[in-house]
Amino acid sequence: MSLKKKRRVQIILVAVVALALATGLIGYAMQDGINFFRSPTQVTETPPAAQETFRIGGLVEEGSLKVVGDAAVTFLVTDGNASVPVTYKGALPDLFKEGEGMIGSGNLIGGTFQATEILAKHDEEYMPVEVIDALKAQGVYQEGRKTPSEPLETVTNGAGNDS
Amino acid sequence: MIPELGQFALTLALITAVVQGVLPIWGASLNNALWMRSATSTASLQFVLIAIAFGALMRSFVVSDFTVLNVVENSNSLKPMLFKVAGTWGSHEGSLLLWTLILALFGAAVAVLGRNIPTGLKARTLSVQAWISIGFLSFMLFTSNPFDRVFPAPLDGNDLNPLLQDVGLAMHPPLLYIGYVGFSIVFSFAVAALIEGRVDPAWARWVRPWTLAAWVALTGGIALGSWWAYYELGWGGWWFWDPVENVSFMPWLLGTALLHSAIVTEKRGAFKSWTILLAILTFSLSLLGTFIVRSGLLTSVHAFAVDPERGIYILGLLTVSIGGSLTLYAARVHKMEPGGLFAPISREGGLLLNNLLLTLATATVLFGTLYPLFLEGLTGDKISVGPPFFNTSFIPIMLPLVLIMGIGPFLSWKRADLAGIISRLKWVILIAGISALVVWYIQTKGPALAVIAMAIAVWLLLATLREWSSRIRLGQVELTESLDRLRRVPRAAHGMTMAHAGLAVCMFGFVGSSAWKSEEVLFVQPGKLVQIAGFDVTFEGVEQVQGPNYTASVGKLSVMRNGRPVTILRPERRSYPVAQSQTTEAAIRSTPAGDLYASITEPVNQEIEGQWTLRILYEPLVGFVWFGSLMLVFGGLLSLSDRRLRVGAPKRKARSASLPIAAE
Repeated sequence: MSLKKKRRVQIILVAVVALALATGLIGYAMQDGINFFRSPTQVTETPPAAQETFRIGGLVEEGSLKVVGDAAVTFLVTDGNASVPVTYKGALPDLFKEGEGMIGSGNLIGGTFQATEILAKHDEEYMPVEVIDALKAQGVYQEGRKTPSEPLETVTNGAGNDS
Repeated sequence: MIPELGQFALTLALITAVVQGVLPIWGASLNNALWMRSATSTASLQFVLIAIAFGALMRSFVVSDFTVLNVVENSNSLKPMLFKVAGTWGSHEGSLLLWTLILALFGAAVAVLGRNIPTGLKARTLSVQAWISIGFLSFMLFTSNPFDRVFPAPLDGNDLNPLLQDVGLAMHPPLLYIGYVGFSIVFSFAVAALIEGRVDPAWARWVRPWTLAAWVALTGGIALGSWWAYYELGWGGWWFWDPVENVSFMPWLLGTALLHSAIVTEKRGAFKSWTILLAILTFSLSLLGTFIVRSGLLTSVHAFAVDPERGIYILGLLTVSIGGSLTLYAARVHKMEPGGLFAPISREGGLLLNNLLLTLATATVLFGTLYPLFLEGLTGDKISVGPPFFNTSFIPIMLPLVLIMGIGPFLSWKRADLAGIISRLKWVILIAGISALVVWYIQTKGPALAVIAMAIAVWLLLATLREWSSRIRLGQVELTESLDRLRRVPRAAHGMTMAHAGLAVCMFGFVGSSAWKSEEVLFVQPGKLVQIAGFDVTFEGVEQVQGPNYTASVGKLSVMRNGRPVTILRPERRSYPVAQSQTTEAAIRSTPAGDLYASITEPVNQEIEGQWTLRILYEPLVGFVWFGSLMLVFGGLLSLSDRRLRVGAPKRKARSASLPIAAE
């Protein structure tokens, strides 16, 4: 085997070893780095184990938002069929309101979802797609909940697509 | 009238691009010099036409022309002028126009500045560049026209998303796009070289300044975006491993690999096919990023199906450009002559390892970004891949890279003496070890990995400085001679030192602010005292302030330390009536040791009326993230200024001959 060929084989070997290591790392990282999304109904039907971090999403039930202690809040997240109590200590995001969509990530401990992070929808128009799907699954979601306020919207839709 | 002019210019630009895409490359195969040279004029003309279109759109924003749909949706007459201008690229259509403008700018720059590039290579490169242009111009004209009109015109506009009304973010897209799109010209060079079937060290030398320019802009763009997230989102984080961030980070990682492999191609004629592949892949990732962000795929795979027109167009574009170039690569790669031999321990070996690790790191980020999309598409399961995934997979790949970065610049080409280098670095190793102990002594609470990472950062910084001082023989010869050497060392070498040291500085910030952060979140009433990281913070209350297009609630926090007043923090909560949304303006007290960071949110419901949610963070060393990023950018610019002299693209100063060849 010529030196050139030998060198090439060495490089390929190193690359293969590195690739195997990276695959192993990815596999290992996937154990706790990947969070499933579940709707309140799914959580109620098959409650995940306490050590599993997952995301839950739905609407914040009207009248359920309460303050406990120094900075923690509790509220119910619902998809119209089932509700799950959520506790969260931290600043609530912009546009977090009763009756609006939210997504939280955390763990289900003793039937209560202890959120470590809460996301609300980004702006007035946008609701997280996961939440929309969860609501649709329960038949509670109404298309176009936000009514177009101005005739502008109709023009927008007309001109935006065909030109 | 002006918007129609813009649209007309855009149409003309498309026609020009078609001419530029056909004539020069055809001329190159027929060896017709006139046709080949036509690329220079068409590339310049195309740029001018797109610049006219861009100017027309910007004018519509500046004068608040609400007959233009894009202006209505993204501007408002009350908006400050800077953000009216920035609104030009604040929307989907406008940002595409900016994309195309930069694409044409790079084409025109190569046409005008690249005088010493062989005519054939230049003609083919500009033709390939024109085809990318055709893809984006037609995409814009057919699916995302920025000049669509509205009738009847509304009285006022919807306003730009208030989160985006910020100086940092106004500058973020142009920089990021120069980075993204800058890699297009490298891609075009690579495809042109494949068509010619020839890559030589000279090719690498022509390509490197463009790679470097794109890399500098991308680095700046990413840093600016991260800075914006830090002070504007109110969470005190600077990197969230969000898919939008990842898609800009991946081209950066591969672009960094490309920058280093091009050195080997240039200096030793090796890694040719690998450099070509990296050039193709880097731009492919830029395109992928554009596709992912622009198609609505990120919100959900289903969002893509809802408005498929744009998504499918970009997907087609992506398939043709990536698939086509990779097919061409597969067909032509065997023609590349292999480069010179090298021992495993050598500069080539070090750079090979650099490329291997950077590519693997890119692969893990790519996996984490795309896996949720694939899974949802295949099984319908919705998952999110969070920071724990990236921290576990990405950091273990990057730490060894930083370790070898310390040694790399000491390695000589072909064969290096590792034992000799280690013995020269024994003091550095010792100090890095001691610093680990010191860090561990001061911060016993943080994770062990943070202590190791800190020591590795110290190692990189000192090893880099050690290499720099031995280059100018500091301390070995008289100071005047060292200063003389300092002047004669090529700027690219100084640039490398600056960039490598910059990464070490960044690491101090990365580690300090993520491992030893303190955070307090609580409901407060006026008079409430919060203690954090040795500071006594008192919440004094909130007052209302009227801004140009918003109203703000400004909180007042007096900060004391050991009984002495330190500062007064005024975090704001802004409410934008037109856009019907709110933003957080964090108040930050920055010192080299760390940032004291405060943000407030109004009460969420009646029950806690009068109580504000206060979030206070102390982030040690976070300022080093931005300072280190600046060093990276400045290092790149230093190196770039050297390149310009050497490539002699515009021969302003003819000093290049006397300079020794850079050995970075």
